[in-house]
Amino acid sequence: MTILCAGINHHNAPIEVREKFAIGGNDLQESLAQLRAIDGLFGAVIVSTCNRVEFYAASVCPMRVMDGMRRFIDKRAGVTEAPFYTHDSHLSIRHLFRVASGLDSMVIGETEILGQIKQAYSTAFEFGATNVHLNKLFQNAFRVAKQVRSETQITRGSTSVGSVAVDLAGKIFGDLSGRKVMLLGAGDTSERVARSLVSRGVRTVIVANRTFDRAAALADEIGGLAVHFDHWHTAFDEVDILICSTAAPHPIVTREKLEAIMQSHQERPLFIIDLAVPRDVHPSVNDLENVYLYDIDSLEQIARQSIEVRQGEITRCEKMIDRHVRDFLLWMRNHPGAIR
Amino acid sequence: MEAYLLAAATFCLLSSFGHTLFKLGSGRVQPGRLNLVMMIVAFGLLSMDLWMRGEVQRSCPINSLFDVLVFMSWSTILIYFVVGSAYRLSLLGAFTSPLVLGILLFAQITPINRDAHMRLFRDHWIELHAALSIISYGAFALAGVAGLMYLLQNRQLKKRKGGTLLYNLPPITDLGIANARLIWLGLILLTISFAAGFASGMQVNTLKFWTSAGIWAAYALMVLLRGIHTMAPKRTAILSVGVFIFILVTLPVIQHLSNPK
Repeated sequence: MTILCAGINHHNAPIEVREKFAIGGNDLQESLAQLRAIDGLFGAVIVSTCNRVEFYAASVCPMRVMDGMRRFIDKRAGVTEAPFYTHDSHLSIRHLFRVASGLDSMVIGETEILGQIKQAYSTAFEFGATNVHLNKLFQNAFRVAKQVRSETQITRGSTSVGSVAVDLAGKIFGDLSGRKVMLLGAGDTSERVARSLVSRGVRTVIVANRTFDRAAALADEIGGLAVHFDHWHTAFDEVDILICSTAAPHPIVTREKLEAIMQSHQERPLFIIDLAVPRDVHPSVNDLENVYLYDIDSLEQIARQSIEVRQGEITRCEKMIDRHVRDFLLWMRNHPGAIR
Repeated sequence: MEAYLLAAATFCLLSSFGHTLFKLGSGRVQPGRLNLVMMIVAFGLLSMDLWMRGEVQRSCPINSLFDVLVFMSWSTILIYFVVGSAYRLSLLGAFTSPLVLGILLFAQITPINRDAHMRLFRDHWIELHAALSIISYGAFALAGVAGLMYLLQNRQLKKRKGGTLLYNLPPITDLGIANARLIWLGLILLTISFAAGFASGMQVNTLKFWTSAGIWAAYALMVLLRGIHTMAPKRTAILSVGVFIFILVTLPVIQHLSNPK
C-alpha cells in the first residue's frame, strides 16, 4: 500500500491560483466521490484551507492513481498546467505530519491547521472515503502534532503585534472579561487590537479621536462609546487597557498626568499599548507602579523573538516527525494487506 | 525508620526541583504531572514520619526545632494542595518544592536540636496553639512564594522583553490576589493559634511574645492596608517575602524559648 499526496499551497501558488482549487461545503463530498472513483484508489482525504488544497490517497498502484488525481485536478481547474506537487509514501506521510504540526504553515507553529485537518478527515471518514491506512495515518498525524506542540516551543508566544498585545493583557489581567479598554486615536492597528480584546471578553471600549465622527463610527462598529478627544481623561476611570495611536507630535500621556489619574485607580494595573510613532506616551510612565507600557518597538521585538524561538525549534520538530514517519512506514510494512 | 522516610521525602522534592530546572533549562516549562506526583509522595512520606514520631512522643510532634521544621514543610505542602487546586496557579508547585526542600535539607543536615522537650502533662490548648502556629507559617510560606512569583512576573512585564518565564508564570493580577488571600489565611490561623495559647494560660517569654506579636501585626497591617487600597500589591508581595524570611530567621529562637524548662 502506498500513501500519495498531491496539492498546492502558499509556497508554490499565489492566492489567485489557490482559490480556483478551493473545495468546500457540498463540493467536498462530490470531489471525494470523484476521487474514490479513480481506479486503484482505496481511500481519499481532501484538505482545503485558505493556504492549501491537498489530496491524500491510499493505493496499491500509485502511478495509475496519481494520473487519475492529475486528471481530476486539471479538470477541476480548467487549466492544463496546475502547479501541483506530488509525493509518494515516505514524503506524503512526512508532509502530512509537518502540515498538522504547523511546520508548513505561513506562520510557523500556528494551531488552526490541526483543527482544519481534523475536520477534513472527519468529513472523509463520515463519507466512507477513508480506508484503514488513511485512518491510521491521520490518527498518527494528530498524535504527532500534539506531541510536537507539547514537547517543543513551536507554538510559543505570538507572532504579530496584535496577538502579542492580547497575550500581554492576559498575562496582566488573566481573565479579560469585564475589563475596560480606551482607544486614543482610531488607527487600523489599534482597531484590530481592540477587536481582538473584545473577542476575548473585554466589556467596554471607549474611543477618543480628534475627528469625533471617526470615533463615533468605530465605536458603533465595535459596540463601544465615543468621547471627544479633549475629554479623554475624564472618561478614564476604571480603564484597564489604553491603546494609543494618535498622530500627535508630542506625548499626550505624561507621567504627571497619569500619576494623578492612577491615584483613583486603586490597585488595578493599567496596561498601555502605544502604537503611535512619534510615541503618544512618555517612556517614564513605565516606571509608575502598576503601569505596564509597551510601545510598538517592544511589541514587535516580542513578536520577532517568538518567531525566532519557533524557527529554532524546527530541527527538533523535524527529528520528532522523522521518528514517527519511520514508525508509520514500519506499521505499513507489517500491514500490507489491510486495504479497506 | 523516620530518617529513611525523611530522606525519601527529600529525594522526591529534589527530583521535583531537578525536573523543573531541567524543563526550564530546555525551555519547556510547565513541569506538569511529575512535579505533582512527587509532591504528593513527599507529603505522604512526611505524614508517615510525623505520625510515627507523634506515636513515640505521645503528642503532636513539634517538640524540637527539627520537629518544627519537618512539620512546617508538611504544612507548606498541605497549604499548597489546598491553594494549588483552588487557584490553579501554574509554576506555584515549581516554586514551592525548592522552598520545602531547603527547609527539609536544613533540618537534616545542620546540627540543630533534635531532642524532643516533652511536657509533663499534655495540654491540648498548647498543642493546638503550636500546631496552628506552624500551619499558619505554611500559609505565610506560600504567600511568600506567591509574592516572589508576583515580583518576578512584575519584573518580566516591566522589562518588556517577553521570554519563557513571562509566558509561563501566572497572570500578575492572579498572583496578587493569591498572595493577599494566603496572607489572610495565615493570619486567621495565627489568630486562632494565639487565642488557643491564651486559653491555655501558659507562661510566655517576653521576647517570644513580642516577636510573635510583631509577626502577627505585620501581616495584620498588610491585610488592613490592602483592604483599604493603601498598599499596592507589589509592596504587599515584597513585605510577604520579607516577613517570611524574618519568620525563618527567628524560628530557632522562638522554638528555643518555647521549650519547657
